[in-house]
Amino acid sequence: MDPVNVANLAVAGVLTGLVYGLMALGLSVIFGVVRIVNFAHGEMMTIAMYATIVLFAALGLDPFLAIVPVAGAFFVFGYALQTALINPFITRPEHSQFMLLVAVATIMVNALLMIFGPSARNAQLDYLLESVELGPLLLDRGKLYAAVVACATSGLLFALFKFTRVGTAIRACADNYLGARVVGLNVKRYYAFTFGVGAACVAVAGCMMCFLVDVTPVLGPAYTLLAFVIVIVGGLGSMSGALLGGVLIGVSEALAGLFIAPSAKSMFSFALLILVLLLRPQGLLGRKP
Amino acid sequence: MARMLMALPKRRRVLQTAGAVAALSTLGFPALVRGQGSALKVGVLLPRSGFQGFIGQSCQKGADIAPGVIKDLFGINVELMNADTETSVETARTRAERLIQEGAHVLVGPFDSGAASAIAQVAEQRGVPLIINIAAAPQITEQGYGYVFRNFPTAPELVTNGLALIGDLFQATSTVPRTAVYMHVNDTFGQANTKAIQAILPRLNQLPFKVVDTIAYDPATKDLTVEVSKAKATKADFVLLVSRLNDAIILRREMVKQRWNPMGLVSPGSPGMYEEQFYKALGKLSEYCISNVPWYDPKAPLTKTVEAAFRKQFPGDSLKFHALNVGFTFEAILIAADAYRRAKSTAAKPLTDAIRQTNITSRMMLGGPIKFNAKGQVEGIGSACIQNLKLSPTVVLPAAAAEAKPVFPAPDYKPA
Repeated sequence: MDPVNVANLAVAGVLTGLVYGLMALGLSVIFGVVRIVNFAHGEMMTIAMYATIVLFAALGLDPFLAIVPVAGAFFVFGYALQTALINPFITRPEHSQFMLLVAVATIMVNALLMIFGPSARNAQLDYLLESVELGPLLLDRGKLYAAVVACATSGLLFALFKFTRVGTAIRACADNYLGARVVGLNVKRYYAFTFGVGAACVAVAGCMMCFLVDVTPVLGPAYTLLAFVIVIVGGLGSMSGALLGGVLIGVSEALAGLFIAPSAKSMFSFALLILVLLLRPQGLLGRKP
Repeated sequence: MARMLMALPKRRRVLQTAGAVAALSTLGFPALVRGQGSALKVGVLLPRSGFQGFIGQSCQKGADIAPGVIKDLFGINVELMNADTETSVETARTRAERLIQEGAHVLVGPFDSGAASAIAQVAEQRGVPLIINIAAAPQITEQGYGYVFRNFPTAPELVTNGLALIGDLFQATSTVPRTAVYMHVNDTFGQANTKAIQAILPRLNQLPFKVVDTIAYDPATKDLTVEVSKAKATKADFVLLVSRLNDAIILRREMVKQRWNPMGLVSPGSPGMYEEQFYKALGKLSEYCISNVPWYDPKAPLTKTVEAAFRKQFPGDSLKFHALNVGFTFEAILIAADAYRRAKSTAAKPLTDAIRQTNITSRMMLGGPIKFNAKGQVEGIGSACIQNLKLSPTVVLPAAAAEAKPVFPAPDYKPA
């Protein structure tokens, strides 16, 4: 086995994993604070991908630049979704929340099918076919850019939650719902804000995912599942865990494909999931309940 | 004068249709039955969404033009009942059940071996004839089914024809590749092709190459980084590829990203690289890819009729980008209509018996007459070597039908 080939694939796995991690980060943030599991997560990312493609096709806007309007729109969308639809379900049984978000996901997939049809679309950019040479390594330019954006977005998110008053308030709401209300925090508004931030995070992931895959309306459920695998491996509610989970899944898929069989790639994600559930049910960086 | 000019295309169309009708009458259809009362309900099952959606929609164009052409040819009303299999075997099965419940007299489709196997079981259980347009897994017509018919080559036939054409390609271009890496989709179709290649290739001593590695991948894949990296590491002279459409696009892009330029990308008989979307998605990167697949005869009278109908219904489109899909889907409905014309009944038993007796000598696709053997399989369907040249599928072999000379190795070829 050529070590350069192994290194190339390991690096490609890390880069892909970082984008996966960014996608899962939104899910983890929303769950960590609002305690709602967003079963429409992959579908939301698919919508963001379509928004990016539409902006590219209509205005020639590069997916990098599309991050700003798409993430902004998704923040508003997430805020509105939480305020209008999800907040009333916060105190209801989990199965009601599950059904609500599955219904939202189904509506999203079908709306996309009605609007865009089943055809795959992509942003055809010449630089996406180029590679960057780093010593003996050959890095996919699209993946590299997407990974850099994933790291930058994750950094911003960490900073928001650690170093701002809003972030402190959100963490207070997440830690103690009743206590936060007692000290006068408008918990539902912070929940809506958090959902908006999570949605914006998904939107950035969607913009970057356009570099990696072609988008179809039915892409959503597979990515919802992938996001779940990642956050469960990393630890549900842990932001750094989501990134770690993404990288682990990305690398394990790449190396399993190389050493065992390419068609068995996704099997290894699930094997990793089972292993983590058996040995560390709270996830690698998750806190014990 | 203006009215005369406007009338010209219509007159030309009428003449074309009349010509085709005359040819069909002479060659295969003894008499036209005009004004046959009730419509033949044809349940058309195709993957119009999901990862095979593009090909399903391409096939659908063949179904859409069929009722009009058949009405002109036979005077028969055909009513299409369209169903989307969503590229899912389970959905294909349930949609087939539903079409039968809703009164379909005959089923046509479904461009996929896995779906075809599932629908064949339903057709057999419910006693409704199924005419397969495109699906190559040989076992579908090896089960002893009485209601299942296929007007498409089996995987061993496809591969035999495809490999023979690869030999012709090397001869025509005076090249002697020594190694190939075989990459294939890991579905029913891909596995059937793999079995056929493993059985047939060792017997073909005239082919100079050895398969140095076999790499299977998920047909719904979104990323082929690992697969292409493994294939590149083999340093094979060329890629022998059994693909679908989306994966073929992803694979070609990934080869460019990984700066891998083998002598060529050659399919021994699979879809993907001659489809319209392949050109649209890849532009000039689609050039020089080669597919050895069943193809249409552009000179056949029926082709001219179908082409005219296609142009009329899809003015912005060109038949050559949908040739295989439209051709076989149209022919499947033609077989059903021809059987109905002879059976004079939509009842399953006489219709099935009539399908079994089919003998259509004037057809659109290359090959012998449409005539089913005891297993319900049409034999002797030929293949052509299609190369992407100037962003268009171009026949390069056999030499008698060639529109251009084959280009091999591809111009950007750099020895590994």
